[in-house]
Amino acid sequence: MAEIRVQNLQKKFGDFIAVKDSSFTIPDGSFFCLLGPSGCGKTTTLRMIAGLELPSSGSIFLGGEDVAFKRASERDIAFVFQLFALYPHMNVRKNIGFPLLCQGVAASEIRSRVEETAKLLRIDHILNKSVSGLAGGDRQRVALGRAIIRRPLAFLMDEPLGTLDTEFRDLMCEELRHLHDRIKATTVYVTHDQLEAMSMADYIAIMNRGAVEQLGTPQSIYDRPATIYVAEFVGSPAMNLIHVQSSLAKGAKSIEISGAHIAIPETREAALNGHFVLGARPEHVRFDDKSKFRGEVFGTEYLGTTQIVTVTIGQGKIKARMPASARVKAGEQVGLTFMGDKLSLFDNATGLAIKTALHEGAVHG
Amino acid sequence: MSITLSTAHSVVEPSSLAKRSAGFIVILYALITMAPLFWIFATGWKTPPDSISYPPKIVFGPSLEGYCNLFTTRTRQTADYINALGPPQGTCDEVTRRREMVIAGASNYAPRFVNSLIIAFGSTFLAVTLGVFSAYAFSRFKIPLADDLLFFILSTRMMPPIAVAIPIYLMYREIGLSDTKLGMILLYTAVNVSLAVWLLKGFIDEIPKEYEEAAMIDGYTRLHAFFKVVLPQAATGIAATAIFCLIFAWNEFAFAVLLTSGEAQTAPPFIPTIIGEGGMDWPAVGAGTTLFLIPILVFTILLRKHLLRGITFGAVRK
Repeated sequence: MAEIRVQNLQKKFGDFIAVKDSSFTIPDGSFFCLLGPSGCGKTTTLRMIAGLELPSSGSIFLGGEDVAFKRASERDIAFVFQLFALYPHMNVRKNIGFPLLCQGVAASEIRSRVEETAKLLRIDHILNKSVSGLAGGDRQRVALGRAIIRRPLAFLMDEPLGTLDTEFRDLMCEELRHLHDRIKATTVYVTHDQLEAMSMADYIAIMNRGAVEQLGTPQSIYDRPATIYVAEFVGSPAMNLIHVQSSLAKGAKSIEISGAHIAIPETREAALNGHFVLGARPEHVRFDDKSKFRGEVFGTEYLGTTQIVTVTIGQGKIKARMPASARVKAGEQVGLTFMGDKLSLFDNATGLAIKTALHEGAVHG
Repeated sequence: MSITLSTAHSVVEPSSLAKRSAGFIVILYALITMAPLFWIFATGWKTPPDSISYPPKIVFGPSLEGYCNLFTTRTRQTADYINALGPPQGTCDEVTRRREMVIAGASNYAPRFVNSLIIAFGSTFLAVTLGVFSAYAFSRFKIPLADDLLFFILSTRMMPPIAVAIPIYLMYREIGLSDTKLGMILLYTAVNVSLAVWLLKGFIDEIPKEYEEAAMIDGYTRLHAFFKVVLPQAATGIAATAIFCLIFAWNEFAFAVLLTSGEAQTAPPFIPTIIGEGGMDWPAVGAGTTLFLIPILVFTILLRKHLLRGITFGAVRK
């Protein structure tokens, strides 16, 4: 196993910059997710780590060695494809053993290692079946088997659960994480599904337009989004963003919106003037009739244990997560308060978060 | 007012009447196309007088004379000369003597047939090999002007090949390829390669490139991955392409007449030149044509599973 370090990685396709100047380090043995919408450069980044694309510039260190311009076969990594890429002309046993066959391992050793791998993945009963008749989850396991049998330096996975049914996906998420915990392999996992990333990853890198917007643990990304983009992308429903023109002195503890003073974490940046964006997760919004910050209930979405209440305010709509038992009717006038210590504040011009007391809790995260 | 609709039948399945009519039409069409084949086959087993009798004979005593005449050349001899010979050696000898002739030697049919085999299979092999490599390149790599190149390749099929017969004839005479097997193989390859590239590109496009990428990550070179992973999966397409190329090269007549006369002559221009006494030797022609049909028949039957899958490939996403 090995650490993967990506430095100033850049990839251009003609005039289009798919990945721009990305740098990040994936610690040895961690489960690392590249998360982003389609076209954000996450798959291109993964393919460059794999050696399926060559970067325009930059370096990729795999266990201390720069492999950026080496052949895929010289990198000692394993790749799990979205469509699994199981060879239809071979049965399960041959598919799993194929990487060893490529390396010229003796037939008897291939046999024993295939069986050992199959046992680990609980697919030893289908070894002699053709891959074309397999269910989605079993195909996935065979693809994983083909990856782990090599015991490579790192696993790269390109949306491996993308084609599975929701049911299977949850199951495979769990199995993947367990498998990772058992074999402790450095894993780079590409997905556009934030739930997958949140539930499995040790670290998540959020990509947008070819650049890494934020890198951190799932919780730090959720609690302290570094940019407006991350705030909107992570979380379902997304973080409420309230646009406000105001001025903020260093150390300010509140911000004025429509005549109401909203408590915020104490700012740590020099005095600022202009257009700010206040970010509040739906679960950090409360109803309080005494509040001066008022809105009208637009509608509710019932989700079982909770409900999402949409409230129209002067700056647009915001969503609040309420217990399912709360009685709220559309058209009702309500007062809103926020859990001040949990709010994020962004500078609208740069899209970046403004440093506040919120980030001081980040040192351990 | 309500409209009554029978819901007992499936709306997507064809009705049994439609199925039966379709079956009837297919059988009728098969009978029509097979009638000449049957006539050729039957003629091969007739005697020369039976073959030109009027009204035509449907029922006749089978004779090996056509096949004997196909493979031999004969000379007329006097009855005394024939009687002076020993007992006939084999059926053909006997059949020939009955016509007051003796076998003078082997005819050119066997070598012409072998020429056909060499040229047709040789050019098919070359066209498919070149086709599969270029199709792979067009399918997987960024080639400058790829679309124009593909159009150029296709454009070689936009006129009947025979339109360039005269220039090719002059060219071949100049560089010494006239009446050589190599010349014919190159010519048929050139005609077929455009078809092969286009057909195979379609098949290879359908194979996800992840297969090679997986193999390359697992330690294969691209060429190795091509042979071990792409080719087995393109087998269906290769088989279908090979049949189309083979049928063209096997049946080609016009170029063969023009460019070959001896050494490299194929069976199609040879068969119509089989002349018996007093005109065409129809039983020999029938026999020669019947035998000529066999290789392509066997090849097609062997590959028919691939052929059927091949021509419907990509119609429905699996």
